[in-house]
Amino acid sequence: MTSLLGLELAYWQSTLIRVLAGLVAVLLLTGGVVYLYLFKFVSFMQSRLGPMEAGPYGSLQLLAEVGKWLQKEDIHTEDSDRLIFGLAPAVVLSSTFLMFVVIPAGPDLVIANLGTGIYYVLAVSALSVLGILMAGWASANKYALMGALRAGGQLIAYELPMVLAVLGVVIMAGSLNLQDIVQAQATGEIFGISAIGNPFILTQFVAFAVFMIAVQAELTQTPFDMPIAESELVAGYQVEYSGIRFLVYFISEFATAVAFAAVASTLFLGGWALPASWGLSDGVMNVVGPILVATKAVLLVGVVFWTRFSFPRFREDQLQRLAWKVLIPIALANILLTAVFKVAF
Amino acid sequence: MAEEQTDTTVTDPDAADEAVETQVDEARDGIVEGFRRELGDAVVASEIHPGQDLWIRVTADAWRSAAEAARHALGARYFCFLSVIDWLPSPYGRSMDAAVDLELARQAGEEPSVPSSELQHGVTGGDTRFQLLARVADVGRPGEFWGVTLKADLGDDLTVDSWVPVYAGADWHEREAWEMFGVTFTGHPGLRHMYLPSDFEGHPMRKEFPLLARMVKPWPGIVDVEQMPGADDEAADESGDAS
Amino acid sequence: MTAGTDRQKLQYIAARAADARVNVELETEGMTLNIGPQHPATHGTLRIVARLDGEQVIAAEPIAGYMHRGYEKIAEVRTYAQVTTLVNRIDWLGSFANEVPFILAAERLMEVEAPPRATWIRTLLFEMSRIANLILFLGDMGVQLGAITPVFFAFRDREYVLDQIERVTGGRFHPNFDRIGGLKDDLPKGWLEDTKRVMDKVRTFCDEIEDLLMGSEVFQERTRGIGVIPPDVAVQYGLSGANARASGIDWDLRRDACVGLAYPEVDWKVWTHPDGDSFARFWVRLQEVREATRIIDQLADGVPSGPVMAKVPRIIKVPAGEAWVSTENPLGEMGYYVVSQGDLTPFRLKIRSASFNNVSITPWLLRGVYVPDIVTILASLYFILGDIDR
Repeated sequence: MTSLLGLELAYWQSTLIRVLAGLVAVLLLTGGVVYLYLFKFVSFMQSRLGPMEAGPYGSLQLLAEVGKWLQKEDIHTEDSDRLIFGLAPAVVLSSTFLMFVVIPAGPDLVIANLGTGIYYVLAVSALSVLGILMAGWASANKYALMGALRAGGQLIAYELPMVLAVLGVVIMAGSLNLQDIVQAQATGEIFGISAIGNPFILTQFVAFAVFMIAVQAELTQTPFDMPIAESELVAGYQVEYSGIRFLVYFISEFATAVAFAAVASTLFLGGWALPASWGLSDGVMNVVGPILVATKAVLLVGVVFWTRFSFPRFREDQLQRLAWKVLIPIALANILLTAVFKVAF
Repeated sequence: MAEEQTDTTVTDPDAADEAVETQVDEARDGIVEGFRRELGDAVVASEIHPGQDLWIRVTADAWRSAAEAARHALGARYFCFLSVIDWLPSPYGRSMDAAVDLELARQAGEEPSVPSSELQHGVTGGDTRFQLLARVADVGRPGEFWGVTLKADLGDDLTVDSWVPVYAGADWHEREAWEMFGVTFTGHPGLRHMYLPSDFEGHPMRKEFPLLARMVKPWPGIVDVEQMPGADDEAADESGDAS
Repeated sequence: MTAGTDRQKLQYIAARAADARVNVELETEGMTLNIGPQHPATHGTLRIVARLDGEQVIAAEPIAGYMHRGYEKIAEVRTYAQVTTLVNRIDWLGSFANEVPFILAAERLMEVEAPPRATWIRTLLFEMSRIANLILFLGDMGVQLGAITPVFFAFRDREYVLDQIERVTGGRFHPNFDRIGGLKDDLPKGWLEDTKRVMDKVRTFCDEIEDLLMGSEVFQERTRGIGVIPPDVAVQYGLSGANARASGIDWDLRRDACVGLAYPEVDWKVWTHPDGDSFARFWVRLQEVREATRIIDQLADGVPSGPVMAKVPRIIKVPAGEAWVSTENPLGEMGYYVVSQGDLTPFRLKIRSASFNNVSITPWLLRGVYVPDIVTILASLYFILGDIDR
């Protein structure tokens, strides 16, 4: 018997509830992000209105789009490896959803409270490379193959600065567990002032910057969108996908953006918690927490999209240069400094 | 208006008064001299329209040396275009002209001339049916810009030296001339079709190549012209230029 | 020109040397990539067959002709007035500019001169079509580089210019407004004032693009030193317009051989850039849009009064003769070689379009670049498919 929000439930029951609630939350958040940023925010940036017909201010546009995709014929190229071709989107999508498993939304609101939480997040997020390489190879298309290989190089290159940036936070918190990291920020204090806790963005701002740049690259958003580079590779590894399979890529693209933003807000912005000095009970935080972490995540996704629609894209070699020659040295220096300060104070 | 009509063929008496044979274009004379110096007898004819333009006709054998002279000796480094003129009068006569235009011309008392079957060469004359036409210019020195149109009669074998070794940009133009007129350029790195499918037969820009669309359906055809309501008279007047 | 040459040579040599090193170290099996005819980077139907080694281009061959309409042939059976309809569709973004050299050539053969007012309005509309055309280039360059926001600004602000063109000519894209001997109509009332207001908007757009796109480090990374064309190669291939000026060739037909247009009456400047790379081509075009707004402002202040049409016969028969007239179109030198034998139709019309020459350099230019640079180089050379496939 386990307890969930004070209810005594069988293990399978509580797991089911957690997974379903997680799925609903993730999909709702993703849909909201798509509407808010991809449809509206960007439209206003580009001096247009965006969708206006489906629902009030086009708010149901996404449902219409999903309906359209679901109806489309499932097409694949003649020479494609059908099993792998079909499996690839599933791999990418599961890598995305697995990331949400450990992201806490409140004192009790976490699907699995793993001791190695952040380590797990980074590991499963890297799985999507596999799906992308599968897609690129199985499509039997040169553009897809080039896109997949670019993605492979890019995602692995940016895995490293991301891990190194996270290490700074881990040193500060002294734990890999995401709940512990949140607690460390809530209970921490800066120069003896505990009124706002110690969100790690204040001390780990370098790591935050590196992390967000690496996230931008992991999400293959402009200026790092060479794997799908529309003007060069048409759509890269997604070029042969249409209908429901493309929908899966679409969902996973935005859900991953939400996931990384949630991780970033947990690591750097204090996650679900309010400063411990405010003395709010766990019960309150179980209600306020999800709203807090979702708001922070949505704001961070906004930063990602703002960047995406402002910048031109790098070339593949320039992207690698940025990762290996700039971000990784900065992240290493940050770890060193963090460790020194941690020991000194 | 910088343009000055000082050509010797000017018929308007006012313009002719001030200009006939008085205006000498020294710069262009100098260019012709330059070509004669470089090419000797290969320069067959030249024509200058003072203040406007310059034509030089060379022999086909000297076609490449004319390019070399223009580029290296005279400094016309800019390659403008290369093409061919087919001087054969259209064997289809006026049959492919739009019916409306013929009708209009007839009303105005201007019977469209029936083209003679003889070759009627233009500026600098000519002897053969196909004539090469190319233009090069000297650019990049403000105030010193000049251009020259070079021509050369093509022999019956329709073969001439390629300009690609002199002007790399002649590549595509020669491919186009080859596919449209059937002129072979020796020394061209790869005479492939430029626009047409690779199995296309014939040379569409030659005068004897029919414009099939016109032959099948006369265009626009008097029936296509929709009369404006209540404008029966004007419609005929307007359709000539406002089609 | 001399200032830039050394820098260009060094850049060029350094780039080629680096490529040679890579080729020796990482030799792999080649692959042929077919880009187009349906590809987002070819804005139209240009096809490029590229032989690749990894992501590096060994040889690239552009294949045109998917949209060839045979205008030179059709023109032989159309009257002079009807030919303007055809040539409107050559460079469809700057249509009015296509009509002008043809009309000027026909006028030269007929020895007709357009009245001064017509000349000024022609020049005005000529520069307007230059702006309409180049604005789209400035936005499109962003799209090719992955920044999709600038192109929306471009479409928004181009619309103001097109509105003005439409108010005069009745057509946004294909005005067909020029006549032998002048223009079809006079300007509508209040048009000049509105045009000056639009020019302010265009200048604001230029500033926006400079901030948003050209100032971006990523943009500079992607375009500086990419696709370098030395001046001697540029002229050999017949590159004209901004492509030539970006290689440091100080040549503009508006200044050097202005025929029948009002450019000598206004104060303006020819912009050149010594580098010859993609960035230089973008920069020169941006300055040209600004310069065009200046030209239009000055022209709008001084349009002379008078008729807009000279006396020409109702049935236009052009006396026998040959004339070559070219003008500085948005894409480069556009010229018509008109051969007349005294008939209703031209005997032969050779259309010299700028993009044909500008793109013919690509096999030389694309050798050794990376796949992403194909896109930037093609975008910066700026061609309109209708201008290649006449």
